[in-house]
Amino acid sequence: MIALLHRDLMLAFRAGGGFGLGLAFFLIVTVLVPFSVGPQSELLSTIAPGVLWLGALLACLLSLDRLLALDFEDGTLDLLATAPLPLEAALSIKALSHWLTTGLPLVLAAPVLGLMLNLAPDGYLWLIASLALGTPALSVIGAFGAALTVGIKRGGLLMSLLVLPLYVPTLIFGAEAARRGAMGLDGTTPLILLAGITLGTIALMPFASAAGLRMTLR
Amino acid sequence: MSLWEYANPVKFLGLSARVQPYLWAAAAICVVVGLVWGFFATPDDFRQGSTVKIIYLHVPAALMAINAWFMMLVASLIWLIRRHHVSALAAKAAAPVGITMTVIALVTGAIWGQPMWGTWWAWDPRLTSFLILFLFYLGYIALWEAVDDPDTAADLTSVLCLVGSVFAVLSRYAVKFWNQGLHQGTSVPVATGGRTVSDVFFYPLVISMVGFGLLFLALVLYRTGTEIRLRRARALLARSKKEA
Repeated sequence: MIALLHRDLMLAFRAGGGFGLGLAFFLIVTVLVPFSVGPQSELLSTIAPGVLWLGALLACLLSLDRLLALDFEDGTLDLLATAPLPLEAALSIKALSHWLTTGLPLVLAAPVLGLMLNLAPDGYLWLIASLALGTPALSVIGAFGAALTVGIKRGGLLMSLLVLPLYVPTLIFGAEAARRGAMGLDGTTPLILLAGITLGTIALMPFASAAGLRMTLR
Repeated sequence: MSLWEYANPVKFLGLSARVQPYLWAAAAICVVVGLVWGFFATPDDFRQGSTVKIIYLHVPAALMAINAWFMMLVASLIWLIRRHHVSALAAKAAAPVGITMTVIALVTGAIWGQPMWGTWWAWDPRLTSFLILFLFYLGYIALWEAVDDPDTAADLTSVLCLVGSVFAVLSRYAVKFWNQGLHQGTSVPVATGGRTVSDVFFYPLVISMVGFGLLFLALVLYRTGTEIRLRRARALLARSKKEA
């Protein structure tokens, strides 16, 4: 398992810039927002938590088709499916490596971008906490979408259609926690619910993803 | 004699051919009686005027939109557990009917909401949940269309249906948490037995609801039959190609 994680991370870092792509996308989306809604700092500070969450979610989505597609094309997935390691575990590792290369950088970059969007001082901690708790769920759910669509030619757009509705609860609770934090309110309740979703999806989604992947590989 | 006998496509088609005329007739009678009674024979509401009558389309459509997804969930489970092709095809056949019901509910709701709430759309929990349900239907149908191999397609869509059901329920509660809304509570609570609609409006509404249920059943049986025949035709075509 550790070897697989190591391999995925090495591939992400060294081959083809998959690592920085999500981060760069996040940066660009956030920079474009003031151009589209105007530079008024009160308005920006109101929408900042929501924009940052949406940007992080889209950046996650963008990098999902790299999660399994390359391994599917060169046959690595077939080997993984026949390996003694359960496919559920392999997919969990893949989701983890996706999170380490996409989710974690987003969490670390979010405060800097929050500065540019004039996020209220109270909101930083809540933003980081909600993103840190929520992005693993995005990766795990995304792995499910990738597993369902990996056998389909040009399945990227279809995957977005399947994954985005599944992201709704995570987005609601995550953005709500960040928003309440930025308004100086207590965001504990949505944060706890968000953590519940994340833990639940980490526990259960790999089984669904592995089932979907087996059906495609059969 | 058991229910599973009808997993055999021939037996299923035989039964559905025998049942369908009655089903269509009953559905037509109920829908026509419910709607005509509702539209022309009920008084205007004290405050809402004649706009209240859209309820005879809105409520049954919303009811069937949710129940269609539920039926797809059961059919998907049967496919995953017992591998009956008829079940998978029934789930496939129900999806377009379900999405149509969802659209009817959303559109009639918007038409009613414009004069009553003063807006076509509000980010109210019920409305938002229905929009999300619409997206789920869209993804489900798109996945069916995208996969070439019919068995793989049935497998993948079944898994999506199961996961989607969990997330649809999750979204429902998340959305409720997110925004308390405009939409009134249910008019016909089944669990408590009480109701907030007076008898004049209630009876045609119930007839209309039954009618929509029967209509859904008839449509699904009809469409499942079409899917079965389509698959037969493809198999025949493939065989004749092989022989030639």
